[in-house]
Amino acid sequence: MTTKTENQKAWWLVAPVVVLVAFNAVLPLMAVVNYSVQETFGNNEFFFEGVKWFEEVLNSSRFRDALVRQLLFTAIILAIELPLGVAIALAMPRKGIGVSVCLVLMAMPLLIPWNVVGAIWNIFALPDIGLLGRSLNALGLDYNYTRQPLAAWATLVAMDVWHWTSLVVLLAYAGLSSIPDAYYQAARIDGASRWAILRHIQLPKMKRVLTIAVLLRFMDSFMIYTEAVVLTGGGPGNATTLLSIDLVKIALGQFDLGPAAAMSLIYFLIILLLSWLYYTVMTKDEDA
Amino acid sequence: MARIVLDHLRHSYRAAPRADNDADWALRHIDLEWRDGGAYALLGPSGCGKTTLLNLISGLLTPTEGRILFGERDVTALDPGARNIAQVFQFPVVYDTMTVFDNLAFPLRNRGIAENAVRARIDEIAALLDLTPQLAQRAAGLGADGKQKISMGRGLVRSDVAAILFDEPLTVIDPHLKWRLRSKLKELHRRVGLTMIYVTHDQTEALTFADQVVVMDNGVVVQAGTPVELFERPQHTFVGHFIGSPGMNLLPCEIDAGGVARFSGRAVATAAPPRPGADARQLQIGVRPEYVRFADAGLPARIERVADVGRLRIVDARCGEHLVKLVVAEGQAVPAESGFIDFDPAHTQVYADGWIVT
Repeated sequence: MTTKTENQKAWWLVAPVVVLVAFNAVLPLMAVVNYSVQETFGNNEFFFEGVKWFEEVLNSSRFRDALVRQLLFTAIILAIELPLGVAIALAMPRKGIGVSVCLVLMAMPLLIPWNVVGAIWNIFALPDIGLLGRSLNALGLDYNYTRQPLAAWATLVAMDVWHWTSLVVLLAYAGLSSIPDAYYQAARIDGASRWAILRHIQLPKMKRVLTIAVLLRFMDSFMIYTEAVVLTGGGPGNATTLLSIDLVKIALGQFDLGPAAAMSLIYFLIILLLSWLYYTVMTKDEDA
Repeated sequence: MARIVLDHLRHSYRAAPRADNDADWALRHIDLEWRDGGAYALLGPSGCGKTTLLNLISGLLTPTEGRILFGERDVTALDPGARNIAQVFQFPVVYDTMTVFDNLAFPLRNRGIAENAVRARIDEIAALLDLTPQLAQRAAGLGADGKQKISMGRGLVRSDVAAILFDEPLTVIDPHLKWRLRSKLKELHRRVGLTMIYVTHDQTEALTFADQVVVMDNGVVVQAGTPVELFERPQHTFVGHFIGSPGMNLLPCEIDAGGVARFSGRAVATAAPPRPGADARQLQIGVRPEYVRFADAGLPARIERVADVGRLRIVDARCGEHLVKLVVAEGQAVPAESGFIDFDPAHTQVYADGWIVT
């Protein structure tokens, strides 16, 4: 039996949240959708253009190049950060004061503002005065990230690994800590090797947190902007111009609002689609 | 197959335990021998050291002092995988990503046993555990009882296993399945003849499972014996109190010049003449509620409460300032307000500082 609630005043309590979400998410997003289908020559005059900007963006080699660079960057950092993060988490102590020391050390890169991370690495890697740049050159390597695309890429990847591997470590460590002792004890009695323990106990038990770690790292690295723009500014040339850097160049550098809006939406849909695909595949057999 | 001997075993979780400080030791001193093929229960309250003892036998812990022998072989320093022992834990451990079959095969494959031998052995053990229909299923999909059977199976498949240790294995099992799993265990014990050591804090579980029950308290064994011995002749007041429901009546007493125990100023006949040491501080008469009767003469008692527990009634009777519990069978009369009670001399013991002296 259901009784109809007569006093509906409680709905007003939701109002502040509705207003907040409307102003910081719904309205800006709708503005972008609006721009993406219109042309403007300034003076606040707009003309409807249909899907013209979408066609233009999808057909431009500039967008496709940036997208390829972006996918490559994300693939590289995921391939490094995940195994490295899991390996560090496995090596961390399980009890004693070592735990707190490690956790604090691990959390530190995550607490540094992103533009500062970019600035640190920018200076650190300078070939003439930076510690890293000078050391590499002193070792006989010809390294200059402001001129060599490969060096720029390597520096960008190193910076991201330095900045974000900790997140994977912390998540993996949390996953490891939740495994009851009995599993390790049973494995010892079953005569399992170190590898078998990793393969059959630790990785399966970390699957959920690692799924989240991959998702977070995928989305964040796909949207990376601040650190990269401070470090290389997208250069040399367009070598490290990732999607977000390109987007800002179009929107604010050239003030092409229509194409920039169309690109934003495509960008957004790519992230949404890939995240959804990944999550669906990873959680598909959970109840089976 | 071999008997298991625990020789002067002591264990402490501290880095530098003081030898004379009992509080530093999880196990103060254990000397025990487990016969090959026996069904044993380790019974005691939480924190008494029974799980520690189990982990020492399986090798998950290394004892601070003492030796562990399997037959003539000293295994004290051996890794759990190298001992012929299996252990089933409180919470079922299964390898989630594997099928039931692969779970059972895991300990065999780790030891490099040929795949056709593995298959033959698993078919046999799965039939024994009624797991055959589930062999191809993923182990994660089974219920708690199924998972616990897999844990057991991983021990049973190993032909080198001489003993299986159970650490409160029925804790997470639903009550209606507990009974079935327990009879399964008992049946397995009869059929495979392995030594089984079963840790529990539940006296019913211990007394129904085991031929020999080892009662522990505070890091020492207070008594090891058959369920009947534990009931009829507790060596320590702890056993008297811990086993039985309600537990043994323990009443302060004194020994008169004639060597007779006196309670409330009256002489009490005991199974044997009490012989407490000269330095005994606390003397008690112990008699189980089952062996206290209403009589025409004896200790005067006032009836305080009668609780009906099915076919029996538990009566609280007060003698002076002391409470005595009686178990009265159906059909026997209970005086309305006051009457006399009498202890069965054959089952009345005297304890000095907790230990039996009759």
